[in-house]
Amino acid sequence: MNSRPSTTGRRPRVGVDVAALRALRVDAPDGFVDSVLDGLGLNDADHLVTVQSPAGDLFVAFNDDGISAVMPAALFDDDPEKFAVHHRRESGRPLVAGNRPPTGLVAALRTGQATSLRYDLSGLSSFERAVLTKTLEIPSGEVRPYGWVAREIGRPRAVRAVGSALGRNPVPVLIPCHRVVRSDGHVGNYGLGVPMKRALLSAEGVDLERLERLADAGVRFLGSDTTAVFCVPSCTHARRIRPVHEVRFRTSAAALAQGYRACAHCAPVSVRDAS
Amino acid sequence: MAPQRASAVLDDLAGDVDAGYPAFVRAHAGAVYTTALRLSGSRADADDLAQETFIRAYKALQEFDADRVLSLESRAWLLTITLNLWRNALRRAARRPRETSARQVDVTDARRSPEAAAEAGENAELLVGLLRELPEHHRVPVVLRHIVGLSYAEMASVLECPVGTAKANVARGLDRLRALASPEKNKEVP
Repeated sequence: MNSRPSTTGRRPRVGVDVAALRALRVDAPDGFVDSVLDGLGLNDADHLVTVQSPAGDLFVAFNDDGISAVMPAALFDDDPEKFAVHHRRESGRPLVAGNRPPTGLVAALRTGQATSLRYDLSGLSSFERAVLTKTLEIPSGEVRPYGWVAREIGRPRAVRAVGSALGRNPVPVLIPCHRVVRSDGHVGNYGLGVPMKRALLSAEGVDLERLERLADAGVRFLGSDTTAVFCVPSCTHARRIRPVHEVRFRTSAAALAQGYRACAHCAPVSVRDAS
Repeated sequence: MAPQRASAVLDDLAGDVDAGYPAFVRAHAGAVYTTALRLSGSRADADDLAQETFIRAYKALQEFDADRVLSLESRAWLLTITLNLWRNALRRAARRPRETSARQVDVTDARRSPEAAAEAGENAELLVGLLRELPEHHRVPVVLRHIVGLSYAEMASVLECPVGTAKANVARGLDRLRALASPEKNKEVP
């Protein structure tokens, strides 16, 4: 009687058309390509994570050799795809989503000490690598002049080249090129903009106004008459000198002549004297 | 993440297999994985099949000279490997039966928007169920043509048959699928 039996367990009607079939296409799951290439030892992609930092959210690219690129996410409208295009142009490598940040990255951003992280600086010249490796040694809260880096790596005349190398630092914030300043006490240029440089240094406790005042007065070094040690002004040891014991020097020669010894921590003899 | 043109991918591959292979895998991962998933019906089997396809392809490419690489019909060639691996797996399973139906059947692409997935999901789920009921000689042409989207020239290459035969097999597979989709029609025939 009922020509449309609804209780006989027939299956529901299924739309079989070209569009419905085409909708069964899928992308390979996340990690599939990586897994294939890892298995063949051919994985050329860098991994991308986004982490918080004193410079705002950072895009961080890394591979098995280490961290290869760092950029503020804001420069790419917080869009990982835009950063991927930039990264491919810069490094020649594609970028895929990473699961978690490299070991130690989050702690390094919290403390400002990123010396124990591994970096992939393979695209750089040996000079650029030397500059960045030396810059990595500058502790959080301290600054060194461009000339200091140049002397420390044995290229005392290459001050401008040091500046260019720092300008091409692929891993800013982590390798702290923001801690390299002009010998006249002014902060100098920065790839991510001078306001960012000042903000990063202030966040680390650097008293920029005081450093500029000292430099303007021709003071390059601070000594303590109790320890007879002299330092660059931002050195953690110089900051512990109480005003009554503070001795100011224009040149390292003057400090040495008065029987002061160079601080082993901040290597002040690599700083150019005031003229 | 920016895709490369197909000819550029082959150029790189012909120049240096190791240097060009990552882009080659990225270019074809979706087609290989879709084929593996829709033939096997399970994510776990699809993963194995697709991985193995790219391992076999890499080994084969080591032996190819540059001209052979440049004239490669990449997708058809890869899917021929997938198809052979799947048939071998079926044969092995038939000889040494174990529980294959216990493996979970995955249906929709999780990347689609929730709304689209919900709308398409129900039909997709039913359609995947029907596909699994299609015999191999019908399922393969339908999957390759209508899900993966091969041209008939590629179909002919993968199925090792003339283009006309490939077309006929796709049409028969689709008919069979439609018949499965509305069985009451068949039964109503007096």
